[in-house]
Amino acid sequence: MSEAALGRFYEDGEVIVRQGEVGDCMYVVQDGVVEIVREADGHEIQVGSAGRNEVVGEMAIFDRHPRSATIKAKGRARVLTLDKRNFLRRINEDPALAFRMVETLSRRIRLLNDQVVALQAQLDQRDG
Amino acid sequence: MTDTSAAPPDSTADADAALKDGSRIAVIGGGPAGSMFTYFLLDMAERVDMRLDVDIYEPRPFTKPGPAGCNMCGGIVSESLVQNLAVDGVWLSSDVVQRGIDSYVLHTDVGSVRIATPNDEMRIGAVHRGGGPRDVTEAKWESFDHHLLSNATERGAKVISTRVEEVGRANGHPTVRVKGGEPVSYDLVVVATGVNTSILKTFEGLGIGYQRPKLTKTLIREYYLGEDVIAQTVGTSMHVFLLNIPRLEFAAVIPKGDYVTMCLLGDDIDKELGDAFASAPEVRAIMPEGWDAGAASCQCLPHINIHGVEKPYADRFVFIGDSGVTRLYKDGIGAAYRTAKAAARTALFEGVSERAFRENFMPVCQSIHGDNRIGEYAFVLTRIAQRLRIMRRAIIAITRDEQANGRRPRLSGVLWDIFSGSAPYSDIFRRMFDPMLAVRGIAAMPGVLVSTIRSTELAPGPFRHSDPGTPEVKA
Ligand SMILES: Cc1cc2nc3c(=O)[nH]c(=O)nc-3n(C[C@H](O)[C@H](O)[C@H](O)COP(=O)(O)OP(=O)(O)OC[C@H]3O[C@@H](n4cnc5c(N)ncnc54)[C@H](O)[C@@H]3O)c2cc1C
Repeated sequence: MSEAALGRFYEDGEVIVRQGEVGDCMYVVQDGVVEIVREADGHEIQVGSAGRNEVVGEMAIFDRHPRSATIKAKGRARVLTLDKRNFLRRINEDPALAFRMVETLSRRIRLLNDQVVALQAQLDQRDG
Repeated sequence: MTDTSAAPPDSTADADAALKDGSRIAVIGGGPAGSMFTYFLLDMAERVDMRLDVDIYEPRPFTKPGPAGCNMCGGIVSESLVQNLAVDGVWLSSDVVQRGIDSYVLHTDVGSVRIATPNDEMRIGAVHRGGGPRDVTEAKWESFDHHLLSNATERGAKVISTRVEEVGRANGHPTVRVKGGEPVSYDLVVVATGVNTSILKTFEGLGIGYQRPKLTKTLIREYYLGEDVIAQTVGTSMHVFLLNIPRLEFAAVIPKGDYVTMCLLGDDIDKELGDAFASAPEVRAIMPEGWDAGAASCQCLPHINIHGVEKPYADRFVFIGDSGVTRLYKDGIGAAYRTAKAAARTALFEGVSERAFRENFMPVCQSIHGDNRIGEYAFVLTRIAQRLRIMRRAIIAITRDEQANGRRPRLSGVLWDIFSGSAPYSDIFRRMFDPMLAVRGIAAMPGVLVSTIRSTELAPGPFRHSDPGTPEVKA
């Protein structure tokens, strides 16, 4: 990983955003991998991960709720921060900028659907 | 030219002027504007299951070192463009970005001040547009223009490595002719030739209402310092200079991988002005000891667009990037991105008629145009600062105070946005007249009047230039 490139380095395990914080940025992974974990009852559940060129933390830009999960580096990762202000101003002029965001969100929903089905199957097995 | 009779406006029936499967598009020029237009057009076409044939005419071998492969420029990919491309999925790898830039240093005869990005993040990219200066023997980095052109060809565009000699019209369709060839008919011609070309004259003769943009000459020099020496001297900052040198308006020194790029704007720019700037003590201070100002690896005097085209479109023609409308002095590649994408969106979803471009493409050009008029006033103020020592002192004193004492970055933010081009000029101008800024100016005056500020002393520390908590103050 070149030291000279765009974004900022996060060391293994370093937190990029923390669940519960209020945020006005989203992130694009430039190199490496970040993981998305949900903290509940004192333990962490990994709910996803993202690699090069993938957007994370975008929900805070659209809804104004606190961060729903923690994002942290898995190994060393280089991550670029995107400001809400610049993004919303641009999307106002260029709605096509939203294409990829919608794509990202649809992919997440698909993944969630799969997880729901898998969990339901597990529950059925246990009960049945 | 095959048919020069001026067509009545909106002569193309809208139904004919919609792109459809198999439509043919010529893009003249494969610089940032042409490549990004093609990339976004083909990306969006794929989303709506449309197959288009795009030919990009581009004679430059972008991988070659020296002038042949280079679209002369400072090579700063602005903070906002870096972000927009990231959202669009156009990845700028560390093979293309030679150095991430995390700060600006403003140099004047009365001192220097450093303005940093939030979290010390590298939010701006420094690139070479071509294969680098003449004396590059082994390419360590990928050319920016080559990278974007490759993105376009990966989407299915064809590159024709020849210069376009003539553009005409026949049977209501534009035609393109290369040397020794016959005119080829297209459904749409996208002009992305930049301004450093003689072909723009041809478009004035077409009867489509195009008039060339107003231009001025600039100067660029590249100096070899080597990666390590740059890290120890010029660093990861873009250095901007407000110096009272006759005819010089604005100058910057930008670190790349092994080279630094010097960019000058001014009146009647020539080599002598370049020499005068390079030998200024403020410039020598950031360069390594024993640096030879006469030993530039490359020098060029390209034109820059200072007043955009009034009508950058016609039936089946659209002018994007520098050959149409761009931002004044700043973020030309970012403006090329905006006009390229607006043209692609219009062509695909609204059609290629004059009306479609007027209603959907022109508003983006007008927004850039309008903002440039405000920018002209902002530059008048920097010109005054250049002449008035007391104003330079005040600027340095206030900015240092903000940076060192963690104050709300009122002036730092304004300066950041002026240098980086990351906000509209209208936004910057409004913040220039923030009453609190005037208060700080007055408070700084006694110190400004009595003290001299050491030019080597740099205020450290990150700052948030887009502090969301900053109240919006109307002028
Ligand atoms: C001194 C200086 C410093 C600058 N610094 C910066 C900076 O730091 N950051 C920034 O964002 N912008 C900067 N700019 C502005 C930037 O260079 C332009 O805005 C940008 O290059 C415009 O892109 P373009 O694609 O419209 O044109 P160009 O980059 O000029 O590309 C035009 C292409 O068209 C091709 N072409 C021309 N004629 C023909 C023909 N007849 N047939 C086929 N092909 C043809 C050319 O070969 C070229 O590849 C600077 C400009 C100058 C002069």
